[in-house]
Parts: sequence; C-alpha cells; structure tokens
Amino acid sequence: MPSVTELMQLLTPTGHRITAASRARTPDPDAPPAAPPDRWTPDRLTPGLPVAGPPVAGPNAGLPSGELTAVDIDLPAYVADLTDDELFGLYRDMVLVRRMDEEATSLQRQGELGLWASLRGQEAAQIGSGRALGPDDMAFPSYREHGVAWCRGVDPAAVLAIFRGVNLGGWDPATHGFALYSIVVGSQTLHATGYAMGMAWDRSAGATIVYFGDGASSEGDVSEAFGWASVYCAPLVFFCQNNHWAISEPTRRQSRIEIFHRAAGFGFPSVRVDGNDVLACLAVSRWALATARAGRGPVLVEAVTYRMGAHTTADDPTRYRSSAELEAWHQRDPLDRMRAHLAARGQLGEERDRHLALEADAFAHELRARCTAMLDPAPTSLFDHVQVTENGLVAEQRSMFAATLEPGDSGTDDRLDREDRLDTGDRHDTGDRHDTGDRHDTGDRLDTGDRLGGRDELGVRDGFGVKGGLVAGGTHVPGGTQIPGGTHVSGGTQIAGGTHVSGEAHVPGEAW
Amino acid sequence: MTSGAVITGEQPAEVGGGRTGEPATPVPITLAKALNLGLRSAMAADPKVVVMGEDVGTLGGVFRVTDGLQKEFGEARVIDTPLAESAIIGTAIGLAMRGYRPVCEIQFDGFVYPAFDQIVSQLAKLHYRSGGRIRLPVTIRIPFGGGIGAVEHHSESPEAYFCHTAGLKVVACSNPVDAHHMIQQAIRSDDPIIFLEPKRRYWEKAVVDPRPLGEPSSAETTGLHSSVVVRAGTDATLVGYGPTVRTCLDAAEVSAADDGRSLEVVDLRSLSPLDLGPVLASVRRTGRLVVVHEAPSNVSVSAEVAARVCEQAFYSLEAPVLRVTGFDTPYPPARLEDHYLPDVDRILDAVDRSFGY
Repeated sequence: MPSVTELMQLLTPTGHRITAASRARTPDPDAPPAAPPDRWTPDRLTPGLPVAGPPVAGPNAGLPSGELTAVDIDLPAYVADLTDDELFGLYRDMVLVRRMDEEATSLQRQGELGLWASLRGQEAAQIGSGRALGPDDMAFPSYREHGVAWCRGVDPAAVLAIFRGVNLGGWDPATHGFALYSIVVGSQTLHATGYAMGMAWDRSAGATIVYFGDGASSEGDVSEAFGWASVYCAPLVFFCQNNHWAISEPTRRQSRIEIFHRAAGFGFPSVRVDGNDVLACLAVSRWALATARAGRGPVLVEAVTYRMGAHTTADDPTRYRSSAELEAWHQRDPLDRMRAHLAARGQLGEERDRHLALEADAFAHELRARCTAMLDPAPTSLFDHVQVTENGLVAEQRSMFAATLEPGDSGTDDRLDREDRLDTGDRHDTGDRHDTGDRHDTGDRLDTGDRLGGRDELGVRDGFGVKGGLVAGGTHVPGGTQIPGGTHVSGGTQIAGGTHVSGEAHVPGEAW
Repeated sequence: MTSGAVITGEQPAEVGGGRTGEPATPVPITLAKALNLGLRSAMAADPKVVVMGEDVGTLGGVFRVTDGLQKEFGEARVIDTPLAESAIIGTAIGLAMRGYRPVCEIQFDGFVYPAFDQIVSQLAKLHYRSGGRIRLPVTIRIPFGGGIGAVEHHSESPEAYFCHTAGLKVVACSNPVDAHHMIQQAIRSDDPIIFLEPKRRYWEKAVVDPRPLGEPSSAETTGLHSSVVVRAGTDATLVGYGPTVRTCLDAAEVSAADDGRSLEVVDLRSLSPLDLGPVLASVRRTGRLVVVHEAPSNVSVSAEVAARVCEQAFYSLEAPVLRVTGFDTPYPPARLEDHYLPDVDRILDAVDRSFGY
C-alpha cells in the first residue's frame, strides 16, 4: 500500500505531480465494464464501499481516514499518441486563447464589452481537458471557460457577444457539445448530471464533463450533483478548476479538506492534477472521460491552477492578495512551461514562436473588428423566445412597445446612447470610433456584410473560428476523440521542480 | 382527514376508470386517481416521459398519485430520487436538454424552495437565454394548499412566486376531470410548467373519461391555459382556482338558497398566463367581483386579477374588486387553519360588502 507521500510522486509526462485518492478501487477503463452501459438499473448502484473511520487528529485532521489507493494507471500512456504537431497544437491553442483573453480585456476597457471574466492562468486546465473531449461528449461550462469553448468550436466572437450584452448565449449547445455559460455558480453541475444520466439511458458513446471552481464547490447544488451522479452511476467528469480565489475568498474559506478528497465521501474516485500542465490535464481528462464512458460512474478532477487576472474586469485583486503570490504563480505560467517543454524537444524556436505570435495578433485583430461591428439587437427582440408557445401577456406588451418605436428604431446602431449608458468616461478613442469613416457609418457596415463574411444567426459576422480559418489550421479539430499517432512523450523534458521556467531552448536550423 | 393518514397513505384504494377496457357503468374516481390515469396515458404515449421524485416509485407517492406507474413502466422511467429538490429540477433540466420529458414531483409545496434557483433562474430562463434553441418540457407537480391538518410546510400556496417569473407557466386543477386532462396537456407542452394539485381535493370524486388525450370521445375540449365558467350566475362573480373553486361553488349554493343571489363562478385554471376573457365577460354582466385563494393577499394572483379587471372593465364595475385570501401571516398551526383558509362565510361576507357599494 503506497503512502500518501508516495502518491504525491506520480509524475506527469512533463514531470509534475498528480495526486490521486479514492476509497473505491480506481477504475481501469481498459477492463471490462462492471455493468453494461445500459439504462440505469439498481444494479448499477455503486457497490458497497469501505466505511470511513473516525477523523484523525493532528496534521491530517480533516483528511479522509482509511486507505488511499493509488491510481494504477499509466497516465503518460494517455498522451503517448500525441504527434509533434499535436503537441504544438496544444501550445497554439493556449497562445490563441490567451490572446483572445487579452483582446477581450482591452475591449472591455474601451467600453466595447460590459464586463470580461479573464481565464489568464487557466489555459492549461481548459485546453488540456477541452482537447480530451470527443464529438459524442458534452461539456457544461461555468462562465470563464473560454478555452473549452474554443476547443468545442464555439466562435470566440459569440463568447464576446455575451459580455457585450448582445445576447445571453449565442451558440447552439447541441451543435457544439457545449452548453451555455452558467453564471449562478454550481447550478450547471446538476444540469450536467441529468444530461449524463440521459446519455447512459440513451447508450450514448459519450460522456459529460462539467466545469466549476473552488468557490462553487461550496454550493449545495455541487454536493447534490456529487450524490446523484454517484448513485445513478452517471458518465460524468466533475472538473474543478481550483484557481485559489473565489473573487476575494481563498480556497481555505471554502473547504477544510482538499476539494478532490470530497469525492471519497460520495463514493467515487478523484484525481488532483497540476492544472498548469496542459499534458497532465489532457492525460487525466482522457483517463477520467474513458472511465465515465466505460460505465463506471463519475470522476472528480481537481486541477490546481491560478487565476492570474482579476475575477472580472470589475474586480481589484490587489485588495485581497499579495503581489508575491501572483509572482510565484507567474513562475508557473502554463504557456511558459509548455513553451519550454516544446523548446527542449526541439519543436519550438524563435521563428516558429514569432510566427505564432503573428497569427495570434491577426486573430485578435479580427476578433476586435467583429466585436465592434456587432449590432445591437432589434428592440422588440427582447420579447422573443420567452416561451415556446406564445404568452398572450408578452405578445400584448410587445405590440404596445413596438407602437412606441420611431421608424428608425430598428436596433441597428445606437452607439452614442450606448456610450452614455456605459458611462465610459474619458476614453480617448470614443471620438475616433465615431469620426473615422469606416466605423461610424452604420449603413456601410450593413451594406457590406460580406466584408467580414455574412452575418450568422448570432448577429455576428463569420470570419474565423467555427467554420474555418484559424481553427482549421490547428492540429486539434473539435471532434477528434483520441488523436491518432504514435509519438511517445513520456520521455519528454521535465521542467525542473515544476515551478520555474527560465526561458526557452533555441533550436538551431529549425524550419519555423 | 389527518396528516398522518395522508402521509402513510391509508386511504382506501380507488376503483374504476382503468385506461383499458370500458367500464360497464361510469365509476366516479378521485382527483388523485384521475391524475394517475393521466400520467399513465402520457407515459404510454411518449417513451421520453419520465416521472421522478421522492417516493414516487415503489411507494407510488405519498398521495399515491404515481401508484403503479413504476410497476408498469419500470424503474428507469419512474425514478425514486435522492431527497434533493434542487437536484430533482436541475437534473430534469439536463434530461430535457437530452430530449427527455421529465415530470417532477415536489412532495409538498413547502419543499419547493430548495429548488428555487433551478426553477426560477435556470428552468424558466434557458429557452430565452438560448435564443429559443433549448426547449425544456419539464412539468413540476406540486400538491399545494392547506386544509388537511398537516404539520408545518405541508399546506402552503407558493404560486405567486412562480407566476411572477417570466418563462414559467403555472396551472392549477380543481376537479378530477380537469386533473386528468390538464396533466396530459402539461406534459405535452414544450414549456416548463408548474402544475399545482389541490391536495385537500385529492379525494373528491367525479366521473372521468379515462381515454388519453386526442382519442375519439375524449373529453378534452378546453385548452390548458383557459379559464372556464363553472357555474353561471347574474348577480356577482366569484373567481377561484385549485382548492377554492369548490369553496366558491359551495358559497354560490348557500347564497342562492339563503340570499336568493345568483353568483357566477369562474375557475381560473391557468394562473400564468392568465386567461381573463371569461372573467371580464362575467364582470361586464355582473358588475361585482370577488377573487378567492388560499395564498396571502399581498402581491398575489388576486392582486393581478384585480388590477387587470380594473384596467379593462373599469366602467362595468359597480363595486371595487374584493379579495378573500389567506392572511398575510405564515401558514398557521393546523388547529388554526380553519380560521386562515377562505371559507363560505368569508366569501359571502365579501359578496355582501360588494353589494353594499
């Protein structure tokens, strides 16, 4: 029986720690399923588990007593198939998503978005888990999962549209296997549980993954979801990004024990993974999804990461956390670590990195253009889709409201009004946006819709993202379950100590 | 009827009204049995209909409304859930996104509040939030109202919370015939519906055509969101829903016998959206309106009815719209509930006041 200390020594392909604990035998997805992935029956209830002893005093107080069993799986094997291009693709995903995040933050500062929730620092957790998903899988996000949205082929402009206030959720969850953002933290874990139950009943080949944070782990809905998913043996991966801060409250305010230990009390296995290691996150997510797909019920993954930015653009983290802490996590930046890993493998030199930076800039430029070109919805659209069958009261109000509109109130553009509403103060670019010819002429933008591609159903112009362009250039196409290939990465460079990255390797003669 | 008898289910089993086979002579069945038959028809008609809730399977529900369904349709379609109301609704949302048509039972009115976020912020809003892409055909059955001598949290009338929430539909049945049809109509609806069942009327009987909706000679004639005149009259209008429809009818009987007044009674049936057409037509004839419900008066269904009638039938009114409701207190201990609940005397007092103007 390994000790807890030994458990802590499980290394990821890039040399980072993975901690796993479970009271149940950790499922091996390659073994025959304990029960057929059939409609739920009482037979699929989790078998009896060892009863936990009383809590122990001392340094481990609050930790589950009883035996911990190691994950008897070869995690590096779960990413052994990645080709060089696919490895680079993970890095590219993270670079582009961070660039999107930076651009969105700028857009908020310039009054083009009402708010933005930055994912900076969490790219590895989101790309690693997001790229583990296949076409039959379903993801339920919270509101910061821009990286997962990217992996699921959701148009980044559609994500921005929510924060611009153009709509409340502008993509089709069924098409993308990606539910709408959920702002009431933890509520989506129950939707995911029900969806996963339905998957099992439908004998779907897929599994469900649900994202939530350390703060949400305190919500009652999350505990209810743990319980339900466990007793119904739902094919569900609970993916907790522990980013250390729930706005101003540290994780220790949420839980006396490590979050991943909670699964034991509900009778299903859990894994803690270095959330800033994209390969580790990919490996663990693939294992967890395979476990769920094989009919063995839920898994909890706790990806330990860090929210490097503010909670949202409305937050000031200097009021509650130290710059020293932030600096320490800067040293563990997931992009730097993957860059160093690739460089050490000879896959990334200056030229290729510069090339990627240019691609990211072009991507951000186009995203900005599409964001600022988004039109306000027609005023009467606020009455749309209240219910499937029309509600007479809503219809009456729509009619009365429409009668008050001026003929010009078609909802195409009321930028001046918008700026008044947003009280954007002394933004210097305000005048520019109105004075430059190509921006202030509403009619021009309407008449030249094909300049950036046609308007799609969201009121967003196509230009990149879902249907081609930059995403298609990547190695990871949404929908690929297991990426074929044979390159073994477990021998890859280990980043010393897992904490500090000092620059990158330069590979002479690299084609990029 | 004591609450103990209710909860332990010691009522005699009902007979008659089986879905298959025509009874030789129509046998009156209880409102609970009518709901049971309606649920059975809905489950037989659509394999995506699943019933879920606490004790709905093996036990058949604490009021036996789901009695026998698990035996007939299996444990995968009639699901005994953990005791977690938020999860009952939250997982139903996920199942509906997956294409299922869940019928959730909240065991008692006072137990719905743990699910409030899932109902009000999630279930009600996802269709709107998704621009119409997501449909959530979820029916939430809630036994509501008092009068059964129950312990606390078993006698409440929470309808106004849900009527106030855009995206939800709220209906209340008042008799076995409506119960049988309305539950099937609610389940067929593509919108989320709060389906309120008048628990103290569960044992009232009527002859119900047991055939499923849509079959020839099925009694389905009234839309789910239609209010109906259940007793014609000329002197004043009483409006009730759920358990107070019977109280209004009783009041009309007494008024006719004792005072010689002809009271018209309207059963609202749909609380959101409201169908005020029959109410307005009635008020335009009678000029007097009394609205009756068990819920407290403040910001209630009766407040909405009064406001809208004043807006739309102001010149027809001979008196202010009056209300007979539960008091604006928490629901009292069972030994006091007869004072709290609207009864014939309070209704007729209000009618007298109306005629005093």
